[in-house]
Amino acid sequence: MRGYLLIESRDPFESTGAARTCELAIQLRAAGHDVALFLVQNGVLAVRSGARRTELDKVLGTKIEVLADDFSLRERGIAPASLSGGVKAAPIDSVVERMAAGWNAIWH
Amino acid sequence: MKVLQIVETAYRATTEEQDDTVIWISHAMRGASAELGVLLTGNAVNYVAGEQDGSGLMLGAWRQTQPPAPAQDLAALMRKDVPVYCVREDLAERGLMECKLLEGIVLMSRNQLPRLFGEYDQVWRW
Amino acid sequence: MATKHTLTFVLMDAPFESARTTIAFRLLHAALDRGYDVNVFAYEGAVALSFAKQAQHPNAVHGRDVAQEDHPLSKNWIAALMAHARTRGADLKWVNCGLCVDERGVGEAIEGARRGSPADCWKMAQQSTATLVIPTK
Repeated sequence: MRGYLLIESRDPFESTGAARTCELAIQLRAAGHDVALFLVQNGVLAVRSGARRTELDKVLGTKIEVLADDFSLRERGIAPASLSGGVKAAPIDSVVERMAAGWNAIWH
Repeated sequence: MKVLQIVETAYRATTEEQDDTVIWISHAMRGASAELGVLLTGNAVNYVAGEQDGSGLMLGAWRQTQPPAPAQDLAALMRKDVPVYCVREDLAERGLMECKLLEGIVLMSRNQLPRLFGEYDQVWRW
Repeated sequence: MATKHTLTFVLMDAPFESARTTIAFRLLHAALDRGYDVNVFAYEGAVALSFAKQAQHPNAVHGRDVAQEDHPLSKNWIAALMAHARTRGADLKWVNCGLCVDERGVGEAIEGARRGSPADCWKMAQQSTATLVIPTK
């Protein structure tokens, strides 16, 4: 089964698109695929601890790996220690690594 | 290789380009023998609405002579054996289920998308 | 010996408009750093990324002259990555969609960037392990 890397670049408090990405991640996982969610740019605004709860919480309750671009986090003053539980800071290499492993990377 | 092209944003520079640039590149790739499908989601589902009319732009003495026609372009893609799928919930949210829609499109619910993705080698979201 | 992959990236954003451009270039660097061959198909506004006539400027708001401001230019990023590719035994192919180039009047591209068509995009993708489209908004 193919792996899917969903890259979410949008602020979840700005539009419903990020919620749809979370929904898709859960559906793909339920269908048996490996799935990872890579938050980048304003997509990382969802993971500061204390941020209002979003659809991301449902993803964090599953086996889907949730990664946040370390550069985007630092740019926005979000320290790794203040990430919501279950989210890991990760380098951009994480995307390249999965592409090289044949995962389908989909950007939103 | 079969690729599913996801179009999510409608009317993105369509007047200036006289095309939706993703529908256009899909035509061009099909011309290079690409095997494709097109999935319309978000506000791009409006492309299957009837009676879209982007004509009539006038700026000073300049007149647009070739306005964009996304529905017709999608119909042309289907004639080239490119299936066009549309997310049912996105149509419903926008009141489009009660409207006359482009013939030949395949309606999919969001929970059917993983199965649709599985029919393609790659999924590209534009 | 590590497996040699080829990755294709399709870009759409013009320079200086979106954070997506920086992320895209970081991805290209990361891929080349691993010795992977990288193809870029620049579509729509992204064809201006390689425009040879981009020029730096001073920044009076910060009191910096041209040299001090050292303003990033995407054409220099591309050149730097092409050089980096060579040091890693990799190849960066940059192809601009020709019609997009024409309508924007950015036909003068830096050395190494070439004009192409959607057929090139398809061919590059077919020859790659994976393709990532980074769409504009």
